[in-house]
Amino acid sequence: MQTLILAGALLLMMSFAYRFGRNRVLAQVDGRPDALHSLPGYYGWWVALWCGLPAFGLLTLWLMAEPSLIRALVIGSLPSEMQALSDDQIAVLINEVRNAVLGHATANPALAMAAEHYTHLTRVGFAAMAAVALALALGGGLYAYGRLEPQLRARPRVEATVKVFLVASSTAAIFTTIGIVLSLLFEALRFFQMVPITDFLFGLGWSPQMSIRADQTGSSGAFGMVPLFTGTLLVSVVAMVVAAPLGLLAAIYMSEYAQPKVRAMAKPLLEILAGIPTVVFGFFAVITVAPMIRSLGEVFGLTVAAESALAAGLVMGITLIPLISSLSDDVITAVPQSLREGAFGLGATRSETIIQVVLPAALPGIVGGILLAVSRAIGETMIVVMAAGLSAKLTFNPLEAVTTVTVQIVTLLIGDTEFDSPKTLAAFALGLVLFGITLGLNVVALHIVQKYREKYD
Amino acid sequence: MTHFLPEGTVKIAAQNLGVFYGEKQALHAINLDIRAGEVTALIGPSGCGKSTFLRCINRMNDMVDGARVEGSLTLDGNDIYDRGIDVVQLRARVGMVFQKPNPFPKSIYDNVAYGPRIHGMAKDQTELDEIVMNSLEKAGLLGEVEDRLSESGTSLSGGQQQRLCIARAIAVSPEIILMDEPCSALDPIATAKVEELIDELRENFTIVIVTHSMQQAARVSQRTAFFHLGKVVEMGDTEQIFTNPQHTLTQGYITGRFG
Repeated sequence: MQTLILAGALLLMMSFAYRFGRNRVLAQVDGRPDALHSLPGYYGWWVALWCGLPAFGLLTLWLMAEPSLIRALVIGSLPSEMQALSDDQIAVLINEVRNAVLGHATANPALAMAAEHYTHLTRVGFAAMAAVALALALGGGLYAYGRLEPQLRARPRVEATVKVFLVASSTAAIFTTIGIVLSLLFEALRFFQMVPITDFLFGLGWSPQMSIRADQTGSSGAFGMVPLFTGTLLVSVVAMVVAAPLGLLAAIYMSEYAQPKVRAMAKPLLEILAGIPTVVFGFFAVITVAPMIRSLGEVFGLTVAAESALAAGLVMGITLIPLISSLSDDVITAVPQSLREGAFGLGATRSETIIQVVLPAALPGIVGGILLAVSRAIGETMIVVMAAGLSAKLTFNPLEAVTTVTVQIVTLLIGDTEFDSPKTLAAFALGLVLFGITLGLNVVALHIVQKYREKYD
Repeated sequence: MTHFLPEGTVKIAAQNLGVFYGEKQALHAINLDIRAGEVTALIGPSGCGKSTFLRCINRMNDMVDGARVEGSLTLDGNDIYDRGIDVVQLRARVGMVFQKPNPFPKSIYDNVAYGPRIHGMAKDQTELDEIVMNSLEKAGLLGEVEDRLSESGTSLSGGQQQRLCIARAIAVSPEIILMDEPCSALDPIATAKVEELIDELRENFTIVIVTHSMQQAARVSQRTAFFHLGKVVEMGDTEQIFTNPQHTLTQGYITGRFG
């Protein structure tokens, strides 16, 4: 709350700085903007940036450093016998102090003192920081205000600052990705210290359990990921068998045959599919599709599991249709009209033109789109959790229940988890491999799409 | 060519031909004869309807939404817009070369073989090879591409691509070749080659060419039609149109006073 008020105050100061800066520089040239190096607004922004940036920088630093700083000070003020305790015990004490600050009484008088100290420190610290921030804003603003003159190169300076922000925003996503990879990597490395990496990559059995006592039954855990990947592969193949032809044919109809009116109606309708939450598709798979396949199988004398790879794959395929059709539609529409006319001009029919000229020209883009869909299928979680079953069986029969990498990650991390057991850490290793595969697929897909683009621009 | 008519016979005849794009009328009561074995040039300022007329002849306007035709347009006496006419067969008889070279993203060989394949014109590979080689030869491209027929058609230079498109059109053995500003995307040297080619093609094909270049019309055509605001202002022997135009509009256009 206090922080928000301070930020609001700083923003208000910036808006004043903008106005004062703009007016002052205009006054210097008697209101004739053409005598200025840059447009008047840039001078305003320049002053406002000088006013706001240092203060906001300080605020950010404080927000990051405050907890550990105050923690260290509070620990320092504790009685010496408490300071001698181990790190874990001190952490417990600090936690109790924090609770006391929030109003839960504590029985320990030393901790009650510490809590008071804690509150005091927080207050004083924030007040001091706020004072310095406001002073910085004022000082920065005044400094810039004093340096305003008509020949000041305000525009390049403001634009350079804006560019720094743009670069920072675009790298934020990249650093997040790197952070995710690193967190996966370290946990996975801990897992590989307990389970050899070759057992994990090439093992044919998956039963993630560890014994608590040595003489316990079922103490032997197996962490071979092969059955999980065959399961993922099986479901994805079923999904792509459904999605690739349907999506592609829908795209061909939309881009080549549909009247503009039909297209305007049908395209949004098709894209509604993409907006349905996958958990709803999961219901659909469990309640409707799986029993249907089961009773259909009985007609032919086949035994179908209640939850099968086929059911999950079919429904997942349906969810992927909009992705494939809208990506393919884009590339098919991007095929130059002149190519179609060339074929028509030679007496080709519409279908000959599409099959022999348009599709080959659009093929790289279509392949790229399908690869993106494959990587989506591999990473898809909700539908397979609900409809594919849980048994880690090494099978290629789509009528059996299988389990996938994502399903296992979910089940391993659900409920009480201990982060020193390979059972939990296995999830990170699986996640890492999954991430590697989808990243590879995306890179290949983007590369193919890119290559195609170069051809017609 | 068995279906080739003696030079000078009327091949295509337009009578009171009108074309509408939705509400807008693009062509008004066109009366125009195009003779066999000649190059007919259609000239006129942008938007005057000459391309629209050209695209009527092989019914490329069918693909434009809201396009509508009235009056009559005949090929060898048969109405092109008759219900009984098969557009696919019509386009096999009336080839087209476009403004921008548009080779398919296939090999040079497959580009030329495309038409003969879809019309089932060759009964075996040898015959197909023969058609492809002949067409490339006639388009004056064979010498340049003989040893790289399997390379992509898009890897050729602009002028070569346009001659490839001409070879592609010839391969179907059409009676008529329509050319819609075939040299507007080419440099002067490539243009000269294509013009030379047009002159040779006259031996075997009836050619209708839309062009913005007066010199080109004068160099390659025997007859010229001047279009203005969707009407044919004047039609006659090229020499007469350029040396002794009957209409002041024509005179103004060819001397560069407007357009």
